[in-house]
Amino acid sequence: MVLALVEVGEGAVEEVSLETLTLARSVAEAEGEPLEAVAFADGASELVDELGGFGVSALHVVDHDLLDSYAPDAWAESLRELIDDRSPAAVLAPGTDRGMEVLVRLAARLGLPMAASCTAVEVGDVYEVRRQRWGGSLIEHATLDAPTALLSVAPHEVAAEPAPVEETTVERFTPELDEGDVEVRVVRRKESDAEGVPLPEARVVVGGGRGVGGAEGFDQLEELAELLGGTVGASRAAVNEGWRPHDDQIGQTGAKISPELYVAAGISGAVQHWVGCKGADHVLAINTDPEAAIVRKADWAVLADLHEVVPAIVEELRAERGG
Amino acid sequence: METLVCIKRVPDTGARIVLTDDRSAVDATGIGYTISPHEECAVEAAIALADDHGGTSTALTLGAPEAEEQLRTAVAMGVDRATLLETHGEWGPIATAGAIAAAVRERGDPPDLLLFGNESADAGHHQVPIRVAAVLDLPAVTGVKGLDVEGERLVATRDAPGGEEVFEVDLPAVLSVKEGLNTPRYPSMRSRMQARRTEIDRSEPEAGEEPDVETVELEVPEREESPAEVLGEDASAASDVVRVFRELEVI
Repeated sequence: MVLALVEVGEGAVEEVSLETLTLARSVAEAEGEPLEAVAFADGASELVDELGGFGVSALHVVDHDLLDSYAPDAWAESLRELIDDRSPAAVLAPGTDRGMEVLVRLAARLGLPMAASCTAVEVGDVYEVRRQRWGGSLIEHATLDAPTALLSVAPHEVAAEPAPVEETTVERFTPELDEGDVEVRVVRRKESDAEGVPLPEARVVVGGGRGVGGAEGFDQLEELAELLGGTVGASRAAVNEGWRPHDDQIGQTGAKISPELYVAAGISGAVQHWVGCKGADHVLAINTDPEAAIVRKADWAVLADLHEVVPAIVEELRAERGG
Repeated sequence: METLVCIKRVPDTGARIVLTDDRSAVDATGIGYTISPHEECAVEAAIALADDHGGTSTALTLGAPEAEEQLRTAVAMGVDRATLLETHGEWGPIATAGAIAAAVRERGDPPDLLLFGNESADAGHHQVPIRVAAVLDLPAVTGVKGLDVEGERLVATRDAPGGEEVFEVDLPAVLSVKEGLNTPRYPSMRSRMQARRTEIDRSEPEAGEEPDVETVELEVPEREESPAEVLGEDASAASDVVRVFRELEVI
């Protein structure tokens, strides 16, 4: 079989996990094996229908008293024991902070190599993988030769495609864990006090770059974002200038966004920024330079100074709303 | 407070990426080399911890002799010592972690904190910090964007959906940090000149035999260009922009 780690959010399987299941299913089909999933949340069994819709024939729900809060070593040890029990040909995990670190810990425990940030896999005597480097600015074709192939899946690079199976069984799995496995664990959470929708989840993102010219210039973008029910982001150049906090950064070393609309204002769109926003369904660029990379990749462009255009758009939207 | 901060010499791909003729590596002859962005923050953290808690910081890199340049940058930023594990050719994460862990063991007790960038900018394996921690049997927290040392205990925070999650571990420990943890200082010309005279501790580690992910070739993704529909060249384009918003049903 092929095993996929899935992360469960508020009552639903995380999108990146559905993407992971989709790539894992292609590996399972090539191996001629069933696809099984493993989840750590108590409520995971309620999501069995959703997982079945993505080709999962068996869901292993890990259950242990020491698993009250997230502990990466405990997750890795649980996976190791499950692998010992079920001998999968491959184990795939989402390329999230958790998925990645758990898989590396598992790899270290098993003494195996691991391929991170994969976007495609070809199954053969050795696995041929396509993986992201430089946060997606560069693609590597590589081989992975291991008795169990360990692969993390780059987020938002594999489209989640349903493929229902007739029946999905739920199996409880209780690993043998001890206190050492929870030495590293989440001791508490801090809820975000930032207003608005987080960048990765926003339906509309208004991004500003060097062309914004200063921290106060972002006020206009905030206004536009608010009228569109969206969130403001920034390029690395704007963050480096200290105009916006790093949490707003979109790109290779910042957030990866996938909104329905990305309005890129005063951003040149170098590849390091593009890898963070290429998941957007639609891109509108506002830039004075018709040769800017972002203009050459956008769906629509306004070739003008954002300081003139953005207030005009805001005014138009306000007039429409008032009318 | 003793810290060891591990850095890597990587091509500076702020510019357009060009590959070598055999497509096995990034051709950096025209763009130069740098320290990974996450690792610059790790260096800053090491310096700040020594400032706040006393003790010393050491920068370590595994790589070609030329990686001395990145060590000297770290020294110019403010770390006290530099160690070069001199290698030739590309080393994968298993061999790299093994060599770093062996170097730490040779020094005796591990430092209070081993700091890494979350992933190297060029290879992006995401593995060396955790594999080092596994060999040395130390706790590891990854993706860290906030850190406090309280006595023998470390409080580390990282982003999570809807907020942050907080870890607390005993020292010694391994941390991998992300950009945003701090703002790395920019070394002055004077400190760069001084760093040139710093003696670098050199050794040549033995490569392990473990198999790892093997690169076949690299590819720069296509630019995915398509001519944008130009809505206008001045503020009068606003009404067309609003029409687009309406078509997309975002208003």
